[in-house]
Amino acid sequence: MNENGNILFSGVGGQGILLASEITVYSLLSAGYDAKKSEVHGMAQRGGSVTAQLRYGKKVFSPLIEPGCVDIQMAFEMMEAVRYLPYLHKGSKVIVNTQRILPPSVATGKAVYPENVLDHLTQREIVVVPVDAFDLARAVGEVKTANVVMVGALSAFLPVDPAVFEEIIRARVPERFREVNMKAFLAGRNVSK
Amino acid sequence: MTHAKENGLWMSGNEAIALGAYEAGVKIASGYPGTPSTEIMENLSRYEGVYTEWAPNEKVGLEVAIGASFAGVRALATMKHVGVNVAADPLFTASYTGVCGGLVVVSADDPEMHSSQNEQDNRNYAFAAKLPMLEPSDPSEAKDMVKLAFQLSEDFDTPIMLRITTRVSHVKGVVAEGEKTTSSAVCGINKIPGKLVMLPAMARQRRIVVEERMQKCRELAETAAFNRIEPGDCKRGFITSGVSYLYVKEAFPEAAVLKLGMCWPLPEKKIREFAAMVEELIIVEELDPFLETHIKAMGIVCHGKDCIPNQGELNTAIVRQAIEPGSGPELFAAVELPNRPPNMCAGCPHRGIFYNLSRMKVFVSGDIGCYTLGFLPPLSAMDSCVCMGASVSIAHGMAKALGEDGYNKVVSVIGDSTFIHSGITGLINTVYNNSASTLIILDNRITAMTGQQHNPASGYSIKGEAASSLDLEALCRAVGVKHVYTVNPHDVVETRKVLKEAVELREPSVVISLAPCVLLPEMKERKPVSYFTNQENCVGCMSCIRLGCPAISWTSFGDGEAESRGYRSSQKGISKIDEIICNDCGQCASLCKFNAITRGEGKK
Repeated sequence: MNENGNILFSGVGGQGILLASEITVYSLLSAGYDAKKSEVHGMAQRGGSVTAQLRYGKKVFSPLIEPGCVDIQMAFEMMEAVRYLPYLHKGSKVIVNTQRILPPSVATGKAVYPENVLDHLTQREIVVVPVDAFDLARAVGEVKTANVVMVGALSAFLPVDPAVFEEIIRARVPERFREVNMKAFLAGRNVSK
Repeated sequence: MTHAKENGLWMSGNEAIALGAYEAGVKIASGYPGTPSTEIMENLSRYEGVYTEWAPNEKVGLEVAIGASFAGVRALATMKHVGVNVAADPLFTASYTGVCGGLVVVSADDPEMHSSQNEQDNRNYAFAAKLPMLEPSDPSEAKDMVKLAFQLSEDFDTPIMLRITTRVSHVKGVVAEGEKTTSSAVCGINKIPGKLVMLPAMARQRRIVVEERMQKCRELAETAAFNRIEPGDCKRGFITSGVSYLYVKEAFPEAAVLKLGMCWPLPEKKIREFAAMVEELIIVEELDPFLETHIKAMGIVCHGKDCIPNQGELNTAIVRQAIEPGSGPELFAAVELPNRPPNMCAGCPHRGIFYNLSRMKVFVSGDIGCYTLGFLPPLSAMDSCVCMGASVSIAHGMAKALGEDGYNKVVSVIGDSTFIHSGITGLINTVYNNSASTLIILDNRITAMTGQQHNPASGYSIKGEAASSLDLEALCRAVGVKHVYTVNPHDVVETRKVLKEAVELREPSVVISLAPCVLLPEMKERKPVSYFTNQENCVGCMSCIRLGCPAISWTSFGDGEAESRGYRSSQKGISKIDEIICNDCGQCASLCKFNAITRGEGKK
């Protein structure tokens, strides 16, 4: 397991990226790591491309990940998995929710959503872990847990015992949603295994 | 905020500043929302024993804090960098009066303009207003520094500026909780006209005090722990402050560093000592060559903006490559993809107004808010945007310049909160000096872009308690506007008729576009109903598509597909509403002439 790491969260404003990144941070902090996370608020959140950058290790100075240094990317949308290619390196892992959200130029017929967009990653020897987070979330009984499915998929690559994640989800989710969120977490984790 | 480890909290820079102010015993805090400063006041409002408020603008907010300080309590004013421009008038003279209770002014700068119209470097304000400025590098330091700032403010009888940037405000890190500190100031009426009445005779006396104080602050800067030399390899030494310090530590961990926690005034002796220690001196700072200029003025030879960019944010890679070109890993090139710019939400009331404006031959003088997104295609209905409140006065100036022919060619748009911030005086001018421009007030009942803050028209205080609600229509009439209309922007066709009537008038007019932001909690909790497309009726006219709503998408037909699916052979495609994204505004239905869009109970 790595002593430090850089995780990039990417997606579209409103997808709940911030919550997923928070659960991830709590687990790393509980495991004894230092961490810093950088987000951008304000206008960028209105349906545009959104990222959060998370760095962990013994001691973290910079809150920003250097280009070429992302170890794991959590992409909540397929095109947003590819947009940050200069931040990845050969062997980076990209966990991607296989969802398409059409940007305005595509929705209004001015541009086309690229076909087989994830090929840009696999061609460069980047490890792609596709997750149908909505389908898995629906299968456990709550489509809103797609976030937690993604966190489950990520957890398999982190130096944190799954019990730590379970504890955090238990502590942070209202009781009536606890069981379904735990199921969602495990469903995601199984994809990565 | 959450407990991260033993004695550690996981929080953003803004949350940390709120905690630091609370621990410092701040009593009164006032601010105007603005990215990246907003969460300071939001978080502070949740602490017991602190009075917080949203002010109509930054000048008022700072004046409230100055008043509280004069009454002997610790006070805080928060704002984004451009807000300091608005508050600059009281700021420069508060520098002369000094304080009674500690007074801290937070300036949250936005290098890279993530959510701003410029990236001005507000360290220049500390120099110009003759005020000490602290500059933390991360959330933990931000908390410590805001506490220290209150103490220094009282010790040196001066407002203290705390300058943060987006990568401090919106960065989260581990912060330690601390002890509550107390102020030695006493709350009460302080009649000290020689200090507080800035008539020329007294101001001249205080001018001397300002210089004496800054001298004392320079002496403090030489010895204080926040300006520290971190020993290391002296082949190359760095002077840096704020978030840039972190990038230097990552890029050149072995190097000697002089970290300046106070970026004004500067510790000249310490800088000379450090410069003498190192073979090559490099100043690493974002934006302006602020430290560099003042260090060069000391006669010290150094590198700075000859290698470090003076635009945008820095990061570790930029710093490393500026100093060691060609270093760093080889990167994958970016792939060309359709852009994904921010967009107004599905069901946003602003969309109906901009749709109409996009079809009128007018110049649209815009303003600062979510509605600035009306600039983007397919609406493309904003022709200028400068600063808060400017839409109204720019439209008036333009109408005057165009003369007789211009009466029906200029429209301004402004949000409710921005109108209250600094649009009202512009409207008074439009009426007083009489131009025929039309003002559209986009009243969505909230300060939306910064994340739903209350304002003087929303009817609630920062804590969500009931408050007086400004009557915008009555206000417009009171300043002398004779033609005030109120429209429902979701009825696109009816709204167009009113806009046309207002624009054709040869006197000032106001159209209030009244519909709540769809992100308001009460809007989210409505019974979920959506519109759906009767695709068999769709003729592919694209009227709904031109709204640019995220819930509506277009599918082009392939060769022969139109006929095979039973449409006219010339039809290019069909539109479809995503019922999950739809927020039930009905703008598309009000435009559709072919009965292809219907409201239904289909949403779950």
